[in-house]
Amino acid sequence: MTLKYLLEKEFLQIKRNKFMPRMIFILPFVALALFPLVANFEVKDINLVVVDNDHSSFSARMVQKISSSGYFRLNKVSADYQTALYNIEQDDADVILEIAPGFEKNLMNFQPAGVLISTNTVNGMKGGLSSAYLSGIINDFSSEIRAEHLQNNSKLKANAIEIIPRYDYNPHLEYKYTMVPAILMMMLAMLSGFLPALNIVGEKEKGTIEQLNVTPVSKFTLILSKLIPYWVIGFIVLTICFLVAWMFYGMISAGGYLQIYLFAAVFVLAFSGLGLVISNYANTIQQAMFMMFFFVITFIFLSGLYTPVSSMPDWTQALSRISPLRYMIEVLRFIFLKGSNFFDLKWHFAALCGFAVLFNGWAVLSYRKTK
Amino acid sequence: MISCKNISKKYKKVQALNDISFEVKPGEIFGLIGPDGAGKTSLFRILTTLILADEGFASVDGLDVVKDYKLIRERVGYMPGRFSLYQDLSVEENLNFFATVFNTTVEENYELVKDIYQQIEPFKTRKAGKLSGGMKQKLALSCALIHKPTVLFLDEPTTGVDPVSRKEFWGMLKNLQQQGITILVSTPYMDEASLCDRIALIQKGRFLTIDSPQKVADSFQKTLLSVSAENMSKLLTDLRAISEVESCFAFGDSHHITLKDPTSTHKQENWGPQKKNINDIDLTINNLKMMLEAKNHINVVIKKIKPGIEDCFMELSKNNL
Repeated sequence: MTLKYLLEKEFLQIKRNKFMPRMIFILPFVALALFPLVANFEVKDINLVVVDNDHSSFSARMVQKISSSGYFRLNKVSADYQTALYNIEQDDADVILEIAPGFEKNLMNFQPAGVLISTNTVNGMKGGLSSAYLSGIINDFSSEIRAEHLQNNSKLKANAIEIIPRYDYNPHLEYKYTMVPAILMMMLAMLSGFLPALNIVGEKEKGTIEQLNVTPVSKFTLILSKLIPYWVIGFIVLTICFLVAWMFYGMISAGGYLQIYLFAAVFVLAFSGLGLVISNYANTIQQAMFMMFFFVITFIFLSGLYTPVSSMPDWTQALSRISPLRYMIEVLRFIFLKGSNFFDLKWHFAALCGFAVLFNGWAVLSYRKTK
Repeated sequence: MISCKNISKKYKKVQALNDISFEVKPGEIFGLIGPDGAGKTSLFRILTTLILADEGFASVDGLDVVKDYKLIRERVGYMPGRFSLYQDLSVEENLNFFATVFNTTVEENYELVKDIYQQIEPFKTRKAGKLSGGMKQKLALSCALIHKPTVLFLDEPTTGVDPVSRKEFWGMLKNLQQQGITILVSTPYMDEASLCDRIALIQKGRFLTIDSPQKVADSFQKTLLSVSAENMSKLLTDLRAISEVESCFAFGDSHHITLKDPTSTHKQENWGPQKKNINDIDLTINNLKMMLEAKNHINVVIKKIKPGIEDCFMELSKNNL
C-alpha cells in the first residue's frame, strides 16, 4: 500500500523533472541512429598508390580489377617506391602496390611473380584489412590468369580448391546488424544502471532520504519503489530502440520480441540493482557517477560489444563471465539475428537471473536506514 | 518521555557525544543549546534511530531506540536541520506524501497542523523549493506533525530564519506543547533558551548543565560587567591584557567581562553589607575606566549587568576545554 504512494511520488518527480524524460527518449534514439553508422568496421575508400615497374597489359589489368572492386581509390601512379612512400607520409595514400619488373613474363612462364603491398598501419585495423582485401583481389586475379591459361595448356593443373563463402544470419556481413543489438543493450544498461543510482544519491545529497528514513517505510519497500520506475523506463527505452532499429535499418527480430522483453526485464533488474548497490556506497552524485562509469565501461569492454570475446586473452575471457552485458548482448544478437528461442539461451537466462538476485540482494542488505 | 543514559558516539577521531545522560518529561519543551559541532545533531540522530550510539542506552516514549526502532519511527516527528522535503513537489503533495507513508491522511490529523498549515495553504500548489525560508519551516513542521507524533524532534529549526518568523515559530511550539506533544529542540541561539522549560547546555559532546533557563542564569556566580568604547576590537585586546580581568568575550555591542578581584565575587557579596559591595564595584569600575582611558579609549562605558544564558555558557565552557 505504501509502495503505491512511493511509486506515485517517484513518477511525479520524473514527470516534473524537465531534463529526465527528454533524456530517456533522446539518448536511445540518437545512440541507435548514430552509433551503428559511426562504429563501422568496414573499410572503404582506401587510397591506393600504384608503382608499376612492369608496364604490361597484365599489370594494367590487375590495377583495373583492384580499382573496380569498390574498396580502393586509385589515387596516384608513382614512378618509384620513394615517391609513393612520400605520398603515404603526406597522408595522401594508405596502401602502396608495387609491381615488380617482369611481372607479366613471370606469370606467363608460371614463375612466381612479385608484388609488394606496403600499408600504413597507424590505424592497425584499417591497415590490416586493406592489405587483406588487396591480397584477396590479387589472389583472385592470379586464379583468373591460371584459368585462362588452363584452356590453352591443359597439362597444367588448375587451382585445386575453390572456396565459396556463405555468411549465415548476416549474409552481406553488414556490420551494423551486429552492432544494433549490442548498442541497444548498452543503452539499456546505461539508463537502467545510472538513473536509480543517481536518484538515490540525489536524495542523499538533498537530505530528503533522512526524512524518509524516520518513517516506518521498510527498506525493502523503499528499494522496490526505486527499482520499479526504472524497470518501466527500461521497457520504454527498449521499445523506442526496436522502433528505431526498424525505421532506420529495417531490422526486425528473427526471434520473438516477447522473449527479448523477458530477458530484458531480468537484465534491467540486474543493472538497476547494481545502480542501487553503488548508491548505497556513494555519498555524492559525483562519486556515484564515477563508480557507475567504472563498472559500465568495464562491463562493456568485457562484453564483446566491439571485439569478440573469443579473441580476448584467456584471463579476460574468464573475467567476461562477470559482465551481465556479455550475456545480454549475446542473447540479443542470437534472438535478433539468428532467431534463437528461449531454450537455446536458458543458461544465459539463468546467468542474468543470478546477477539480478546478486545485485538486488546486495542492495537490500547494504542499504542501512540505521548506521 | 525521552531518556538517555551514558550515551557516547565517536566518528573515527572525533568524539561527537561523551557520556550524555538526561531525561525529558512528557509535555516539556526541552532545549539543547550549543554551538555548531557540539553534538546536537548526533544526539538527535541517535534518538530518531538514524544512527546507533557506541555506548549507552536511550529510549523514546518508553521504547528502546535500538530494539524498538520501528515503533519509534511511527511515533516521532523529526525535522532535520537542513530542509529535507521534496523541493520538486508542491506544498500539498509533500504533506500528502508524508501522511501516506505514515499510513494516515491529511484529513485525519488536520486539527493538529491546522494553525500552522493554514498559513501556507494559500501557496499549496507552489513547489516546496520555491517557498521562502519561513514558509519552508512551517511546511517542514506540518510534515513532521501530520502523523500525530507523541515526541517532536526539531534540529535547529530556526537557523537561518528571520527574527519575526523565529518568534512566530516558537509561538507554534508553545501551542503544540499545549496539545500534549513533547518537544526536543536544538538551537545555537542563546536567546531562545529562555523559551524552553528546561535546557541543556552542550559543548564538545558534553552537557555543561541541565536546568530551567532561570536557574541556569542564576547559577552564574561572578559579577558581570559590560564594557564598551569607541574602538571595540582594540578594547577586547586591551581588556584581555589587564591582569585583573578573568574573562572577556565579545557580545554584540559590548564586551562582557568577569574580574579576578576577590572582593567582587558573589560569595563576598553575600557575606558583607550590601552598601560596601556596591562601593567596591563602583571602585573597580572607576579603576577599570581609568586604566582604559589611559590606553587612549574614548567613550568608555562600564555597567554591571545581569548574566544571560550566553554568559553562563561562556563561563561553563571554560571548564570544559
